Order: sequence, then C-alpha cells, then structure tokens
Amino acid sequence: MAIADTDSGLHDDAPRSFITRYVWSQDHKVIAVQYGGTAIVVGLVGLVLSNLMRLQIGFPGVFAFIDAERYYQYVTMHGMIMVIYLLTALFLGGFGNYLIPLMCGARDMVFPYMNMLSFWVYLLSVVVLMASFFVPGGPTGAGWTLYPPQAILAGTPGHEWGIILMLVSLLIFIVATTMGGLNYVTTVLQARCRGMTLMRMPLSVWGIFTATVLALLAFPALFVSGVMMLLDKTLGTSFFMPAVLSMGQATGYKGGSPLLFQHLFWFFGHPEVYIVALPAFGIVSDLISVHARKAIFGYRQMVWAIVVIGGLSFIVWAHHMFVSGMNPWFGFFFAISTLIIAVPTAIKVYNWVLTLWRGDIHLTVPMLFTLAFLLTFLSGGLTGLFLGNVSVDIPLSGTYFVVAHFHMVMGVAPLLVVFGAITHWFPKITGRMLDERLGRFHFWVTFLGTYLIYFPMHYLGIMGMPRRYYNYEGYQFIPASAHQLNEFITIVALFVGAVQLLFVFNLVWSALRGRKADPNPWRAASLEWATPHTPPEHGNWGAKLPEVHRWAYAYSVPGATRDYIAQDAPAGDGGQEPQHG
Amino acid sequence: MASAVLAVDGVVRERAAGTGVWVFIGVASALFTLFVTAYVMRMAAVDATKIALPAQLWLSTACLVAGSVLMEWAARAQGSPSAHRLLWAGGIATMAFIGAQLWAWQALLDAKVGLAAHPAASFFYVFTALHGLHVLGGLVAWSVAMQAGAAWRVALCARYWHFLLVLWLGLYAALAMVTPDLARFICGTAAP
Repeated sequence: MAIADTDSGLHDDAPRSFITRYVWSQDHKVIAVQYGGTAIVVGLVGLVLSNLMRLQIGFPGVFAFIDAERYYQYVTMHGMIMVIYLLTALFLGGFGNYLIPLMCGARDMVFPYMNMLSFWVYLLSVVVLMASFFVPGGPTGAGWTLYPPQAILAGTPGHEWGIILMLVSLLIFIVATTMGGLNYVTTVLQARCRGMTLMRMPLSVWGIFTATVLALLAFPALFVSGVMMLLDKTLGTSFFMPAVLSMGQATGYKGGSPLLFQHLFWFFGHPEVYIVALPAFGIVSDLISVHARKAIFGYRQMVWAIVVIGGLSFIVWAHHMFVSGMNPWFGFFFAISTLIIAVPTAIKVYNWVLTLWRGDIHLTVPMLFTLAFLLTFLSGGLTGLFLGNVSVDIPLSGTYFVVAHFHMVMGVAPLLVVFGAITHWFPKITGRMLDERLGRFHFWVTFLGTYLIYFPMHYLGIMGMPRRYYNYEGYQFIPASAHQLNEFITIVALFVGAVQLLFVFNLVWSALRGRKADPNPWRAASLEWATPHTPPEHGNWGAKLPEVHRWAYAYSVPGATRDYIAQDAPAGDGGQEPQHG
Repeated sequence: MASAVLAVDGVVRERAAGTGVWVFIGVASALFTLFVTAYVMRMAAVDATKIALPAQLWLSTACLVAGSVLMEWAARAQGSPSAHRLLWAGGIATMAFIGAQLWAWQALLDAKVGLAAHPAASFFYVFTALHGLHVLGGLVAWSVAMQAGAAWRVALCARYWHFLLVLWLGLYAALAMVTPDLARFICGTAAP
C-alpha cells in the first residue's frame, strides 16, 4: 500500500532540457498545467460559441452569418467542448494530476510515461475536434448527444466530415482518459506515503478517485457507441440505423436501433455528470474546511456519499430518455433511482452547511466561489427533482427549463469550483498569488451574471419556450416578454463571457507579476502545502518522503498552538481524526 | 540535497504495475460487456440472423489456449533455463492466434459475408477486431518482458493472457449461442 521510503533507492532522473522539462514532461505537475491550459483554451472556444448562439436567440436575424446550420453547429460543439474537453479534462487531467500525488505524498504518478502520453493523446483529440471547423460542411450540428439516425444523414450540418471527426476525436479522448485514469487509480491505491490511510485522504482525492473509476467504467459505453456509429457512417453497417429514406432516397440501412444508441450514450452520459460533479464535491469540501477553519462535518459520511453517488449514477441513465418512451415499469424504476440519488447528495449539502456553522469563515476568493457553488448546486439540484419525475419531465423536457437545470447543476456549479480551486492552489502551482481585486470582480460578475442568465430560463421553460429552436420569432405561444427576456439574457451572457477573459488575464499576469506567495498562504493542513519547495520541484518531497499522522482536517483543535495542525506534523501534536465519526 | 529525485523503487513499480493491469482488465471488461449487451439488443431486431461461424475459430481458440498456458508456464518457470523459451513459445502461439483470426475473416469474406452483411456479421468483425487489438497490445507488453526479463513482467503477461482467453471464450460463446430467439427472450420482445 504505502510507498517505500527508499533513501537508498534514489536515482536522479530529473529533466535536463527545456523540452523534457516543459514539453515531453513526465512530471505530473507540468502535465497538470498542460492539461489545464489546453482545457481552458478549448473552453474559451466553447464560450465564444455560446455567445454566438445567444446573439441569434437574443437578436434573431440581426447577425446574418449565423444561419440555421451554423447555429446548430455552435450548439453541438459548445456542448461537447464544455462537458468533455473542458470539464472532464480539467477535473481529471488537470486537478487529478496536480493534486493526487501531492495530497497522497507520492513523488509522481506511478506510470509517468503513460501520464505524458495521456496528455498528448488528449491534445490530439482536441486538434481533431478543432479540425472539424475547417472541413467541408463544417463541424457536426447533430446536438451534443449525436443521436442517430439524424446525426449521419443529409440535412444535419456536418453530416459528411464533421460527424466523423467528432466521433474519431471522442475515441481518441477516451484512450487519453483511460491512460490517465489508470494512473490516478493506481497511484491512489499504491503510492500513498506512510500513514496516509484511505480514510485520511482529503475529500478532493476521494472525489477525483471515484470520478476516475466512473470514467473508466462509463467511457467504454461512449467508445462502443462511437465505434458503432462510425461504422454505420463510413462502412454501411446498421447498428443504429433503421431502414430510412433520406432526401427521398433509400439509404441501404436496415433494422438498426436508434434507441440502442440512446441507451449506450446515456449509460455514459449520466455518470459523466458525476465525473464532473464528484471532483467538484471533493474540492469544495476541502475549500470550505480550510477557509472556515473547521474540520469537515461528517468526513466518513462524505466519503461514503461520494462512493454511493458514484454507484447510483450507473442506474439512473434512462431518466434522460423518458420522452423516448419505455415500459412504464422502467420509467418508474429510473424515476425512483433518480430521486434516491438525491439522498446522499443532500447529505453532502447538509454537511457543507454544517461545516460552515459557527466556522471562522474567511470570505477569501476561493471561499466566495465555494459559497456560490453551494447556492448554485442547490438550485440546480432542486430542479433535478422536478425533472426526475416522469410526469413532470415529459412536458418540461423539450423546454428551456432543462437548459436552465443542467447549466446550473453541471455547468455553472462545477465551473465555480474550478475558479475557486484555481485561486486556492495557484500559489502552490506558481509560487505567486492570484490578484485578489481582479478575482473578486470576476467572482461577482460570474456569480450574479450566471444567475441573471440561467434563472430566467426556468420561467421561459415553464412558459413553454422550446429548446433547440433556431428562431423563436413568429410563434403565437411565445409572448413578446420572452423575446425581451432573451435579449436581456444575451446581453448579460456577452458581458459575463467577456469577464472570463479577465480571469485568463489574471492567470497570466499573476503567474508572471503576482505577489510572491508564502509556502502555505491559506494555512491549510493537507499534505500538498508541506512540500519543501514552492512550487514543488521534480520528485515533490526532496530526499525523504513525508509521513502522515492525522487526517487533513485538523483545524481549530482545542489546546493546539496554531489553528491548524499539518498532516505531517509529529503525532504528539494531536488533531487525529475521530475514530468513529 | 539533490533537488530532483524520483524514488519509485522496484517493489512499488511492480505492485503498481500489478494493480494497473487489474484496473485495465476492469476497463476492458466493461467495454466488452457493453458490446455484448448491445449485441444482444441488436440481435432481437427483425433483420437479425445467426452467423455461421468459420471453422478457423477452433484453431484460433486452440492457439490462444496454448498462448495462455505457455505464458503461465513461463511465469512459473522463472529462474530456470526454459523460462525464456516458454515465453517465446507463448508469444508465437499468440501471433498464430492473430493469424488464424485473419484467416477466419478471409473465409467469411470468401463466403460473401462482409461487415455490413447482417448485424451478427457486423458484430463478429467488431468483436474480433477489438479483441485482436487488445491481443496486439499484450504482444507489445510481451516484447518488453522478453527484453527486460523481469519475473513480475512475465507474471503480468500471464495474467493478461488468461484474461484475453476468457474474454475470447465469452465473445465466441456470445456469437455462437445468442440466437435471435434467445435475444428476443432476454429483451422481452415478441418474435416478428
């Protein structure tokens, strides 16, 4: 289990050139930054696409270059980029890579070479995806769910090349995720330092670890559907394609099942929500604890809640398919399982709030983002209870209510955690603090702005405004007030989008010119702040690996000389985890 | 103090590799389980027919059984002079498996059963191709084990080869035994 502390076995394999240090790097910290940087760049593309969509919705017909085809291409690429290439890559490839070895007390991932390959294969998947903007017909506009038969038939934008590049890119991404995932899981299981039992690991690691297990088991479903759809498109098989006419012509397809694709897609798609959410849950738990100077409430419950949510996430997928139709008993089952998953999730929310209760709350920028996450996740989660019920879902499923729900719960909420987490660990990564004034400005605009964008969408949805339409003009059931609201949402979205560039500017400026950071500026107890150097050097821990004597939540311990006790402080300093808590 | 040291010692690397192989076996199992599930669901459709599997598959199965057994013997014989020869033989038997699978493909193509002929044929090619890729990946690890010669690498090869064999037997059984009627029974759909 624990890594051997082998002073005798030390060997110097430090990178010696710029290329091996920063390009073909096998250092988990550099790979984390590579993953994070690429994800942020591709995320900015996704952001621009969303603003282009909003221009069309808010001011239909004003921007002539946004025709119906392009609109659907923007929708599709925005969705896929944000869910897969930004959030999944950033949480697992970025935070997973950076935090797991440092928080577990390891020198690196256990398979550094494969870790390096993982990033470069991920980058290849991004390049292939971006290439689809430049092929004849442009990227696919099939919607991010890529449902057949329309995804590969004439009439859907990008049905010739765009869809092929999308599927190939996804397959490459899955290979990258698998290589990374093998590393994260094995490192957690095999390379923890002495004393770092599983039940002493910070919840960030638990969240990322469980999400990685989910990814390793769920991405194969996307792989299966991707391979089969690619063959349907390129070699004329009929896995998913029924006998259909396309543009008045027989297609040659016969007997395939579009519903089979939907089952496979959502068997991946729902755990994907938790692949993004569980790392966010873990990180938020740590940020709350550090910035409220209090042990996380109910650590063991929090761990088990993460694991139970991970398990349940595999038996709720068909709630995305209530409208597709299914045996009523299945609908009943999936509605019940969906509502049950709210129980461990609610436990987590209660425990976060109870951690704040009578805490010494510091309204630092990471804490602001954390509190904003709690509110956003709560409102996004509560609308999930509506949509989990078949009879409520069916009328709402095709409306903006769903757009509001999933953007709150798995778009905005995890991104707030990303911002908080980057601000929290930036001093460890770069040795400098992120500029606080810019950080606060970015926080308030993002938090209030996203509420102004998404909260009204609930009303639009309940009013019956359908999603997926290119142009909302000329429908009697959509009143003028809805158009005004759409205009308002678009203006706010443009402003919030522009302010995200300020965050990127802050990252670059602070990394070069920011205030020098102390080794442990937040006075955090977890192990990553105990490295001998800031930023940590190759191998992380100098000559001797750390030894851990307590959990990561020893804050405000009565009788202690300081308000936190580091995980690697001598055992006699106290602050051990409760034994039956 | 040397600023850059990486002390992942041999014991840890060996344990990590062992865990890594188990995790990978889990991922590959998920992948093929989902494929077989999709196969059963697709075989319940009206256009599904059972595929007449080519006889070469018996030969390929025998080769993979031999590969698996030889890898196990090589792992158990570590330290003895025959170990390297057994490892060689295991690799050769596995390459013969790939050859026999390609021969089976040729036999099907000669019988005018192409990839898009019918659902069972489509799944046959996809199953054998993806299983073959996993075998080729194993052969890359095998070539490393041949050169490095560490006992734990050979043991991991043996473990992975047993998995490849069980996986192939499962796929073979699914292709041979899941008739459209059985698939419809499993899916609860009525016969057309």
